[in-house]
Amino acid sequence: MATGITLKELSKKEELLTGGHRMCSGCGAPIIVKMVLLASDYPIIAANATGCLEVSTCISDYTAWKIPWIHQSLSGAMERGHDMIYICYDNGAYMNTGIQRSSATPFGADTTTCPAGSVIPGKTQQRKNLTKIMAAHDIPYAAQASPSHWMDLVKKVKKALDIKGPKFMNVLSPCNRGWRSRTDDAIMLSRLGVETCYWPLYEIEDGVTKVTFKPREKKPLADFLKPQGRFKHMFAPENEWMLKRAQEMVDKEWGSLLKAEAK
Amino acid sequence: MKLKNWKEVTPGAVCTEAGSALKFKTGSWRAFKPRWIEENCIQCLFCWIYCPDMAIEVKDGKRGVYRYDYCKGCGICALECPGKKGKKAIVMEEEGK
Ligand code: SF4
Ligand code: SF4
Repeated sequence: MATGITLKELSKKEELLTGGHRMCSGCGAPIIVKMVLLASDYPIIAANATGCLEVSTCISDYTAWKIPWIHQSLSGAMERGHDMIYICYDNGAYMNTGIQRSSATPFGADTTTCPAGSVIPGKTQQRKNLTKIMAAHDIPYAAQASPSHWMDLVKKVKKALDIKGPKFMNVLSPCNRGWRSRTDDAIMLSRLGVETCYWPLYEIEDGVTKVTFKPREKKPLADFLKPQGRFKHMFAPENEWMLKRAQEMVDKEWGSLLKAEAK
Repeated sequence: MKLKNWKEVTPGAVCTEAGSALKFKTGSWRAFKPRWIEENCIQCLFCWIYCPDMAIEVKDGKRGVYRYDYCKGCGICALECPGKKGKKAIVMEEEGK
């Protein structure tokens, strides 16, 4: 287990993702990539499926990467047992192509393919829990992290890299274009995601669940939803039921996580 | 910044140089510019770790200058900066003022 990680020490390492990439101003994804690359003491090969990160870090003959980088796919790789770590930066929609709804889009969110209006109040289904799906592959390590909690993230990457076999990490990645929020709040929002238990920080190592951060006070989910325009309609008086329902979903997941840990 | 024309890019736009994105200056995207106020800085390096654009230099473990060629002016560094005694060590100022 990694100990004594400080920003001062990390800052002495070479930057393997450079500035000059074309991700949006204030995007969460390059922050996560930077933290992951800083966590590794091994040479890295990045494999990237198409998305914002791919198309915005390699444009024409410019590349922001200083490591070998290949195109990659997920469930099959886990099943075949490749010795690799798959890190999903989860922004909760098809942001790269214009904010279309995905199975990872949270309940209630307004997207361009489930727009909140007189017909539907945003997405009516609940979010697919990718971390649990990956853990169900019985891989040696699956975890959830957030860039706001940089030390937790760095530790998890270090741990995962030292384990042989397929590993999976799901990292909350604020997207100010898709979340309809500000350019400066990526870290603030990812922190609220954790403090409201919308995005619990936990790991499942060899089937054993451990919650790595328990908020002293579990904030109401509304604190996380309110600053995001994609949930604005949920605060209208007639949609009070949506806030209630969304809170129930979070409470249920948090409850089952604590139960799994106690086992 | 001058962009390459079609004769200057490599055939098939193959990347032949690691980190060549550094030649593309994204600083021109900025509408707000962060300014560092050193006397309020407590050297926590939060600005450095949270910047999406590797636009803050750190030398020998110490907070350095901004790389304005790459900073897109998102304001994350200013929002996350704890500063000293309630005084921020980073403020955002409108460009061209
Ligand atoms: S304003 Fe944004 S891009 Fe510029 S230095 Fe601060 S965090 Fe980085
Ligand atoms: S976040 Fe603020 S106090 Fe911390 S190192 Fe950066 S400028 Fe200094």
